[in-house]
Amino acid sequence: MQRRLQNINYLDLVLWLIRVSIIVIVVWGSIATLSDNPYSGRNWIDFIVFGIAQGSMYALIAIGYTLVYGVLFMINFAHGEFFMSGVMTATVFVAGPLSASGYLDRQPVISLLLILAVSMLTSVGVAVLTERIAYRPLRKAPRLVPLITAIGASFFLQYTFRGLYGSEVKPFPQVEALSGKIPFLGTELLESQLVVIIATVIMLVGLYLFVMRTKTGKAIRAVAEDKDVAALMGIDVDRTISITFALGAAMAGAAGVLYALVFRQVHFFMGFLPGLKAFTAAVLGGIGSIPGAAIGGLFLGIFESVGPPLFLDGLNVPAYHQLKDVIAFTMLVLILIFRPQGIIGERLAEKKA
Amino acid sequence: MPMLEVNNIHTYYGNIHALKGITLTVEQGEIVTLIGANGAGKTTTLRTISALLRPRQGNVLFEGEDLSNIPAHQMVYKGVAMVPEGRGIFSRLTVSENLDMGAFSRKDKDSMGKDLERVFTLFPRLKERRNQVAGTLSGGEQQMLAIGRAMMSHPRLLLLDEPSMGLAPVLVEAIFDTVIAINKEGTTILLVEQNATMALSVAFRGYVLQTGEIVLSDSAQNLSKNEMVQKAYLGME
Repeated sequence: MQRRLQNINYLDLVLWLIRVSIIVIVVWGSIATLSDNPYSGRNWIDFIVFGIAQGSMYALIAIGYTLVYGVLFMINFAHGEFFMSGVMTATVFVAGPLSASGYLDRQPVISLLLILAVSMLTSVGVAVLTERIAYRPLRKAPRLVPLITAIGASFFLQYTFRGLYGSEVKPFPQVEALSGKIPFLGTELLESQLVVIIATVIMLVGLYLFVMRTKTGKAIRAVAEDKDVAALMGIDVDRTISITFALGAAMAGAAGVLYALVFRQVHFFMGFLPGLKAFTAAVLGGIGSIPGAAIGGLFLGIFESVGPPLFLDGLNVPAYHQLKDVIAFTMLVLILIFRPQGIIGERLAEKKA
Repeated sequence: MPMLEVNNIHTYYGNIHALKGITLTVEQGEIVTLIGANGAGKTTTLRTISALLRPRQGNVLFEGEDLSNIPAHQMVYKGVAMVPEGRGIFSRLTVSENLDMGAFSRKDKDSMGKDLERVFTLFPRLKERRNQVAGTLSGGEQQMLAIGRAMMSHPRLLLLDEPSMGLAPVLVEAIFDTVIAINKEGTTILLVEQNATMALSVAFRGYVLQTGEIVLSDSAQNLSKNEMVQKAYLGME
């Protein structure tokens, strides 16, 4: 008994040391950076806007993790590939030809909507098939089994799309209509970033209303709580789970197009890192919660963009801009240690025992 | 023809032989009760009838139709609703969203409105609390919600699993009064209960279950006079 108490105290001590040292590094780094003052206010606004745009994409992808986790208690590690498959297909079959024929610049709105539709539909198709073929037969298996299957499905999809479209990086055409800049608070916003942010807000609000207000949305929430009772109500549980995958994948497909608008290239491996980052965002916000995914995504995006110059520049860390992934995943580890339920996560006791 | 006919069903959990040939019938308009101790197979019987479990042997006929092979989510379209053990309310949905889910199978908006009125008449508390998240209701209110939700599908047969579980005696009386009221309005009821005294006081007929088998069946009146039932389930010496 006494020994156990000592162990707990020892662990607590270590955790406190970690907390204190992180706070010291962050505060010290920030003070050092700010007293050097290498960046102007404009720079900071740029960092934040870029962070919001990047975070918007994370938020859209994170929705897929959170929805699937909500109904199946499973982390769908193939979700990053749903994101990749849509935008790859749309780039190869729609954006490329439209740009080559000049239609993209004559009718940018119609073209972009077409690209978006193809990307979302492809992602949805890939997701629904993956669920049907790889996950549904394992519905009653122990939880580790679908998790491993998801990792397998992720590789399967990566290399399938590599086989389909080749392994080289493909350019996503520049959209002339979105290459301009808009003056904002003494700096300039890229139009593409503005489109990303507005599109994300529309999609997230639409999704939230769908899940909260429509009959299908309520059925998704009912299935998330209790599949047997949901079936007793007449809800087709398998179909509802398919719809849940489709919704998440539609968001990922849209995020893919936004990603391509900002970074202007696509690649068969492009889903890996954004997928992991979005998973981090979903955990950060509280996995299973839709507002959590949105908040977690935005927070991670801004943190990643502002964090390296703010915390690391003053400490004279070399090439700190390349350390944003380190910051993101350090944050994942810290959340898992200190606040596993996330920012607005649910208490685990509420979940079914 | 009986409304519900359960013919010699055998249900297993893995290798555990939970139901060893249950046969029972429920006539249109009746309240029939299944009584028995913990683990006798009462809940398993209801879950098999509602297709959440599959019997390895035997079948279930509802209004003459064999329902043994239809998926569970089709049952409610056939006219069978169930109030599951432990109420099974959706605790993160509001009261009215729970009731909406009860009416998931329906498209006839007009008579759905009437059924909602009827549920609110039976349980005025639910009307007061309809915008509240269901997890915040008291145990009795949750049981009312579970029954009201099942009634929203306008079932011809209602399966009730332990509606008295965990409730104060006053509430148990109230719940059983509504069970009688629902039956008088024309819904046939199959009631599973550990509280045999209450169950036999409302039922027309009863079956006694012991370790997966029916050991006795009779009118509720005769069962409450039966010596074995009195000793084992009614706490009389």
